[in-house]
Order: sequence, then structure tokens, then C-alpha cells
Amino acid sequence: MAIESLLDEVESVTEEPIEVRRGVFYRLIRDPQAVITGTILVLFVLGGLLANVIAQHGPNFVDFWNVNSPVGTPGFPLGTDGQGRDVLARLLHSINTALVSALIAASIALVVGITFGLIGGYFRRLHGVTDWLFSIIMTFPGILLLIVLMPITRGDFRWTMFVFGFLMSPAVFRIVRNQTIGVARELYVDAAKVSGVTHTRILFKHILSVVRGPVIIATAFLTGTAINTQAGLAFLGVGSLEIPSFGAMISDGFQNLRAMPTQYLWPTLTLGVFSASIVLFGNALRDTIEGARPKPQKITATAMVDGFSAEAGPADEKALLQVRDLGIAYKSPAGVLNEVVKGVSLNLAPGETLGLIGESGSGKTQTAFGVLGVLPNEAKVTRGSVRIDGNELLGADEPTMRALRGSTIAYVPQEPMSNLDPVYKIGHHLVERIRAAGAGPKELTNPKVSKAAAKHLALELLERVGIPDPGRTFNSYPHEISGGMAQRVLIAGAVAGKPKILIADEPTTALDVTVQAEILDLIRDLQAEMNMAVIMVTHNFGVVADICDRIAVMQRGEIVEEGIIREVFANPQHEYTKMLLDSILDEDTIRQDPPRSVIKVKAAQVIAALKEASA
Amino acid sequence: MTAPILAAKNLQVSYPVRGFMKKPIEIVHGVDFEIGEGETLGIVGESGSGKTTIGRAILGLAMVSGGSIAFDGRDISQATPKIRRSLAKDIQVVFQDPYSSLNPSLMIGQILAEPLTVQGWSRADATKRVLELLDRVGLPRNAAARLPREFSGGQRQRIAIARALALSPKLVICDEPVSGLDLSTQAKVLDLFIELQRETGVAYMFISHDLAVIRHISHRVGVLYRGEMVEQGDTAEVTGEPRNPYTQRLVLAAPVADPDRQAERRALRAQMFAAA
Repeated sequence: MAIESLLDEVESVTEEPIEVRRGVFYRLIRDPQAVITGTILVLFVLGGLLANVIAQHGPNFVDFWNVNSPVGTPGFPLGTDGQGRDVLARLLHSINTALVSALIAASIALVVGITFGLIGGYFRRLHGVTDWLFSIIMTFPGILLLIVLMPITRGDFRWTMFVFGFLMSPAVFRIVRNQTIGVARELYVDAAKVSGVTHTRILFKHILSVVRGPVIIATAFLTGTAINTQAGLAFLGVGSLEIPSFGAMISDGFQNLRAMPTQYLWPTLTLGVFSASIVLFGNALRDTIEGARPKPQKITATAMVDGFSAEAGPADEKALLQVRDLGIAYKSPAGVLNEVVKGVSLNLAPGETLGLIGESGSGKTQTAFGVLGVLPNEAKVTRGSVRIDGNELLGADEPTMRALRGSTIAYVPQEPMSNLDPVYKIGHHLVERIRAAGAGPKELTNPKVSKAAAKHLALELLERVGIPDPGRTFNSYPHEISGGMAQRVLIAGAVAGKPKILIADEPTTALDVTVQAEILDLIRDLQAEMNMAVIMVTHNFGVVADICDRIAVMQRGEIVEEGIIREVFANPQHEYTKMLLDSILDEDTIRQDPPRSVIKVKAAQVIAALKEASA
Repeated sequence: MTAPILAAKNLQVSYPVRGFMKKPIEIVHGVDFEIGEGETLGIVGESGSGKTTIGRAILGLAMVSGGSIAFDGRDISQATPKIRRSLAKDIQVVFQDPYSSLNPSLMIGQILAEPLTVQGWSRADATKRVLELLDRVGLPRNAAARLPREFSGGQRQRIAIARALALSPKLVICDEPVSGLDLSTQAKVLDLFIELQRETGVAYMFISHDLAVIRHISHRVGVLYRGEMVEQGDTAEVTGEPRNPYTQRLVLAAPVADPDRQAERRALRAQMFAAA
């Protein structure tokens, strides 16, 4: 979550115009995988369509004089099979069979799957019925059923594929249903309902447009499945012998394997390349439509630009944390480094609270993460220096940073809930953190804190941060406690190692005002108790006024003004600070102008009075 | 006062619980309020107080399990889908999140025209109205041919406001419409709301957790706590001299952007807690 919001921040800071997002087709023809497999597929389809032109014989034409003739026989470029039929003609006609199979089965699967998926996902009451229906379809043993139904389908592969379409429909149904449930919860669907838009229109205009992408991808794979299933059935000898098909050809070639191995080779090769192309094309399509999957994030030592060396300025003796000329940049899609933090300098004295304030995109969170050394992998430090107690952090390796985090510098996030793993109990989170930070009384930290000691300390901390029943909370899961309580738990974890610096990133933004006031009180108390310095990253001037000693105002990656809190509030120097302070809704301005109904009543009274006077 | 355009009496709202024969959970336990023509009723409360649920009940997006909501004197608490569709002309909404309240795959022009075409406007009339609306909320006309992702949060909220006002409704439910916005944008969007109200005489039900915002825009305020309206009255009274202990707590908890006054307020709050 933190990473995502960071990247959002980057996006809004980046000043150059956003690259035009090209259409799916444009991106598809730039992908070699899509181009190669697409070309193969087009060639196959053309071959099938022009079967009668390319081959000199029909697929079922039998030349008794040319049985098992080799490749290159005049009139039979790929030879003939054991019954004297043209292999090339049969291959090309098999493509047509495969395509018709795919078309029938995929169409049925799509129509049935999409219709019921939309209905089942959108109308909650029908949810159970449709799920139940499609679960039953999924339990049918596909191939077996198709064979059993032979007397009804009369061996016609088209009817077989018609039935197979139903058997494949649950795959489409599930995709559409899941997507629909998600989209139906979106506020724009509610807004459409409020605008009087009918359900049908909502389904087609708002929901189908979102569902479309995944369905197109699924269709590519369904096509492959249909073709292979048809080939499999024909190989087993299910269906008419008249119909040329890859499966029937493989079966024939199999029987002639000793006499003429090439008869076996051609259909297998064609079917193999055909199916592989479909699947690979489907993959390319998915990458284009859905974008490459984001790689999982792992925190490593912060990346530096090439040739980076920390700026060797004079160290401030009194400063606990000294940030000098810090620059953080992200690579744009075009490969250019864009600085989102442009030379930020800060000093933090022991025990003081610094408010880092700015609007979205100002780079305040980037700065905080840069100090913590937890920037996303895409970020690069371009310049500057970050020192704690005179020791340089930029360029420090991950073990050094890990030792610092928790014991010297700690962090409280904005969203307490998303920073607690729902699978583990509160106690587990705390114990883990305490042991990692090596916290607790000195005798216990050697060599590591025992589990029992960590638990004892965790309970103490929970009580200290004002949790009413520490024992019960210790054994609760994150979802069982409120957001305010979760934030207390995270604060407890953060201060477990008695850090010298606490970086709080909008720690109360997600909380109610009454809870916010309590959390700010808690941070203030803990700070006094531990003589901890705090960097409060926030957009709220009320929070700054409540808790900060000094304030640094950030705009577009730069600190535009810094000073003692009262001075900045009373006498802001920079235009941007003035603008921000002016935007604060003054407590004393209460809406004065009366509503229209009151004006109407007054007007009526005046008119009545005038009438009376004139009468 | 003239007859209110919206009057809720003993309104109860419930959410269904998944599972067979499970009883719905009641979120709003019988609240009464009225909104007059061109008036703003501020609804303030914390998360889980039921303020959003009341808004959704008026819009027909949540189940009214008891009491009544009268709009222009007609009970709409159990309105049929057909009646609901006709109400779209009169009751509209602006949601909190300007990101998920606009369909990302539709152009702004299509988004703004949708309520109009649904009511049977011709294409030409709808286009004219869309351009008028864009002008009115301070967006360039070429915005019509662009997608939501090309706009900032504040601009998107202007688009959402334009959509709500497209049919000149009598009442707009505003569900935390400025909470997601930056400070400087917030003030401008609030001013836009007030201007539009003065011009068109639309009434607002303005839901927020932020007392400063509520003070700025509301003629009257209702304080909601755990599904009950604990206090209701003129803005100056309710937010200046609150009588209910919860309202008092709420007022004292909101930080003032002034270090000295905030220190005073904090001391007051500590006193109140010590007394309690």
C-alpha cells in the first residue's frame, strides 16, 4: 500500500506530459511474440480457406494407384496416406474443421458464460442459483459425456462442439462473474443507478466494458482447448470418418507409422504449431491488455545513481538527524531520471518534532522513505547525504540499515490495518518486532530476546499505549480490533526499541477526529518519556499546530519554507505557505446566507405586509 | 418555513447479511430530519455512525427497514425501480472518491451526457448542456473528449458535481465530497458548491466528518452517533455551544490550525476527560 501511494506521488510529481497510451492493437504489433504467432495463425487460416485452390485433390479423393506414396509425388506434394488420399489436402481441410470447431465451441461458451456471469455477478439474489448451476456443469466428465452423447450428436463434430461449448462455459462464467461483482461495487455504478440508468444499460455500458479484456484473453485459450478436444475425439474414432481432421489423420498415420512415418509427422506438427501459436498469442494478448504483472517488492539497500558519493559537508554537532541536499529520482518510461525530491535539507534535534507538510505530490513521503532507506526499487538517490549521529546512511548496506531501523529510527504508517498481516495475531506482530529490534532491558538482549521476555514487554507496551485489555488484544487478530487500536499497536511496535527518531507518515489521516486527538496525545507523551525526535509527515495544519515544534513546507519536491511553528503560522514568508494557510477553513466562518426557503418566506411576508399597507 | 422538500421520520436503515434466513443488521436506528428548499443540512459523524448509510437510503441504494422518507410530500422509502428512475431528475449524488465514481473507460462527455440521455434528451440538447455544465464548474470545453485519468482529484470532483447538476435536481446528497482533496482544492470546491446552491436553489445533504467543512457550508447541522441523531440545529449553535456530550467531544477533538488556540483546546479536552 505504501509503495503504491508512493508511486502515485511520483506520477503526480513528474512534470513532463504523460506519454500517450496507445491502443491495444498498436502495442500488440510491437510485441514480437504476438507478431510471430499471429502471422502463423493467419497463414493457417488462409491455408484452410484456400484449401481447394492449393491442393489438387479433395480431402476424400482416393487414388488407388498411389497408396503410401512419399513426399514429392507429382500431384501429391506431401504424399498420400494408406488409403491413397492426398495428405496436403487433408491437412488443409483439417484446419477448416479445427476452425469451425473452435468457432462453435467458443461462441457457445462465451454467450452462455457471459450472460450468466453478468446476471450472477450483478443481481445478488441470483448469485447462489447461477453458481450452483455452473458448479454442476463443471462436475461433468467432458470427453466421456461427448462420447456418451454420440447417438444424439450423430457423430457430427459440429454438434459435439456445440455441447462442448456448454462444458467450457463455466470458465467464462467464473471470470465474468468475479469481474462483475467487483465492478458492480464501484461508485460509478451507484452513480449511474442514481441517474436513473436501467440495469440492462448498466450491464452493457459500464460493466461489459471492464469485463471485456479478460474475456478476450480467455477466448484465445478456449479456442485452443476446443481444437485439441476435437482432435482428441477424432483420434479416438468418435465421429464421422468423412470429415478430415488432425485427430483422424494422426490416428491413420499411427497405424502406418512403420511404413510411412511422415504421415504421422505432418498432422502432429501442424496441430502442435497451431495450438502452441494460439496459446502463445493468448499470452501476448494478456500481457498487452493487462500489462506485465508487477514484480513483488523487496526492500533492499537504496539504489544510488552511478558514481554516487555522499556529500561530504561539515557535520552539524547538535543535529541528531541531518539531511543535506537529498535528491530522489524515478525513471520515466522514456528512461530519463525525474527528480521527485530536489535537494531537500533538514535538521532534527533530539526530542524535537518537525512537521513535514505538503499537498499530494509534494514529495513529503518520498523524503521520509528516503531517510528510512525503504524507497521502492525503482527509486534512485541522485545526490545528498543523510546522517544520524554523524554516520552516513546513504550507501550503507542493508544489514547496517536493518540494525538502525527499529532501534534508532522507527516508522508509523498511514494505514494501520494494511500494515498488519491479517493472518497473524497482534501478539505475534509485536513479539516479532521486539525480537527483531533487539529491544528490552539490556540483560535480555544478549544475545537475543527470549520469546517469553518479548511477550512480557509486548504486554507492557500495549498497556502503555492505552489499550484497555492488553491480554485480549495480544491474542486478537487485526480484523478484530478498530483502526485506532491498530494504530496504537503499530506505535507500540515502533517504540519497542526505544528509537531516537520516529517517522510518522500521516499517522492519523485514516482515523476519526476523536481518535486522532488521542493518538496525537499518545505520540506526544511517548516522545516526552523517551526523548524521541519525531518527523510528522502530514497535510493537516491542525495536526501540525497540535504537535510540532518546527515545520517544513514542501512543494514539488522542495522545501519552500522552514521555521519555528508559531513564526510560520503568524508570518509566513513564501507565497505557497501563504496560499496554504489561506485555504484553511477558518473555524469562525460559519455560513451566514439564508437558504432559499427562508428567503421565500421572508419575501412572502414582505409582500403580505405591503398588501396590507396598501389596502 | 415552507414545506420541506425532504423529510425523514423515524428512519431505520438495515444492511442484509449474507446467508440463509440471517437477520439484516440495523445501522440507522430511527432518525428524524428535514431539508428545506435551497438549504444545506450538514450531517457530521465518525466512521460507522451511519451518515453514509442515510445518504444511500435517500438515494435508494440502501434498504429502508422502517419509518419514512418523504420527498415533496411523497413517501419514497419503498419506491419501485420505475419511480426511482423518475426521481433521478430530482435527487442526485456526489460521492467521496472522485476516482471510483467516474467510469475510467468513458470520456467525460459520455459520463455527463448519460443522465440526460436516460431522461430522453436529444443528442444535440445533451451536448449543449454538457458544454454548459463544463463551463459552469470551471473546466475547459475540450474536457468532454478526454478520459477521467487525465484529470486531478479536484477536477474529477468538479466533473462529478457537473454530473449531479446535469438534470437541475432539487436535492444533492454530498457524501464527503471534499475529504479526498488537497487543502487548497478543498476550499475551491466548497465555494463552488455554495455558489451553485445560490444560483440554482438546490438543497444539499452534506455528509462529512470534518466540522470545519460542515460549518463552512451548512445552514443546519445534525450530529450522528452510532446510528442516532444526538443533536440537531442551527450550525452556529450546534458547533459553537454543543449541548450533547458527544458533540462536545467532537468539537474539542478537531485540531485548530493555530498553535496557541490548539494548546487551549487540548487543555479543555483534558479537563473534560478528567471530569468524566
